[in-house]
Amino acid sequence: MARAGACDQIVNKGDEGKDISMHELPITESILKIVLKHAKMNSARKVMAIHLQVGKLSDLEDDWIQRYFDYLSKGTLAEGAMLKIERTPIMVQCNACSTSYKAEMARMGDLVCPACGEKDGTLLSGREYYIKEMEVQ
Amino acid sequence: MGDIRLIEVKEEILADNIKVAAGVRERLQKAKTMLLNLMSSPGSGKTSLILRTVEGLKGSLRLGVIEADIDSTVDAEKVAARGIPAIQLRTGGFCHLDATMVTQGIDAMAVNEFDLVIIENVGNLVCPAEFDTGAHKNVMILSVPEGDDKPFKYPLMFSICDLLLVNKIDYLSLSDFDMAALRGRVLALNPRITILEVSCKTGAGIEGWIDWLKAEVAAFKGLK
Repeated sequence: MARAGACDQIVNKGDEGKDISMHELPITESILKIVLKHAKMNSARKVMAIHLQVGKLSDLEDDWIQRYFDYLSKGTLAEGAMLKIERTPIMVQCNACSTSYKAEMARMGDLVCPACGEKDGTLLSGREYYIKEMEVQ
Repeated sequence: MGDIRLIEVKEEILADNIKVAAGVRERLQKAKTMLLNLMSSPGSGKTSLILRTVEGLKGSLRLGVIEADIDSTVDAEKVAARGIPAIQLRTGGFCHLDATMVTQGIDAMAVNEFDLVIIENVGNLVCPAEFDTGAHKNVMILSVPEGDDKPFKYPLMFSICDLLLVNKIDYLSLSDFDMAALRGRVLALNPRITILEVSCKTGAGIEGWIDWLKAEVAAFKGLK
């Protein structure tokens, strides 16, 4: 494996031509830590699936998280668990007329309120990064 | 096969880092030391800016520097050669600094003796934007050769920063970089950001950056 890090140098292009970087690794470590904590608290024998809520502004790549997770979770209760990632859309609230509207990551620099044309907006969602729930036995 | 149960977790993935970062901020608040996180792509001029800052702040603010690098001490050596206390953190392969690594840096220096500590983060516009370092201010550099379209590619980085320094303006005449377009794109992402144009090579605009730093440190100390 290429040395983790220097992730702006070790980039591959994903299906959508998006940069794949290596910060999935420390994030996956955090996910596993939290999952094992909750598995223990609930006396689970095996973790089957983990539901993550991740905002669309995040650069996380689903495939990489699963791959790292499979690697890191070997020999733990969470070995073989499926990561199910739900993406929260990027929602913006217009600073002029308070209309909420959906935005795309690639157009975040060109926000325009569909109702009044105002450019200033406040981010309502899109930066989520949490574990919602998990399925255990 | 046993029954499958659903357990509600509702826990932030980066909760640990968020907690450590809050601790760093509070600790430095007490020490009256402002922590500034400097981020950019590789080669956009972070180290050059720090060297200019060392000159500009001479005799006014006590400056310390935490350098982060994947695996070298080149940057810290350059800064230390100017007589400024510099700590080098090797991130051991990671592409960003997190709050725990920053804690190691501030543990290694007598933070009470500084008005301002600048963290030179790993050169990268993606990962450092996701990890709170515990800094009071986030500053990024975009250099002219990188292009005016970067806010489209790295919106998160532009949206978390308090100040954007557009460096290498001495290259403007050689490129089709559109400063007005860049400003519009950045302000649309982050209306509260300050944008300053500088050249670390010629020194143009550096005075504005030094004034901004002095004003921010004064406000930080006054707020206690």
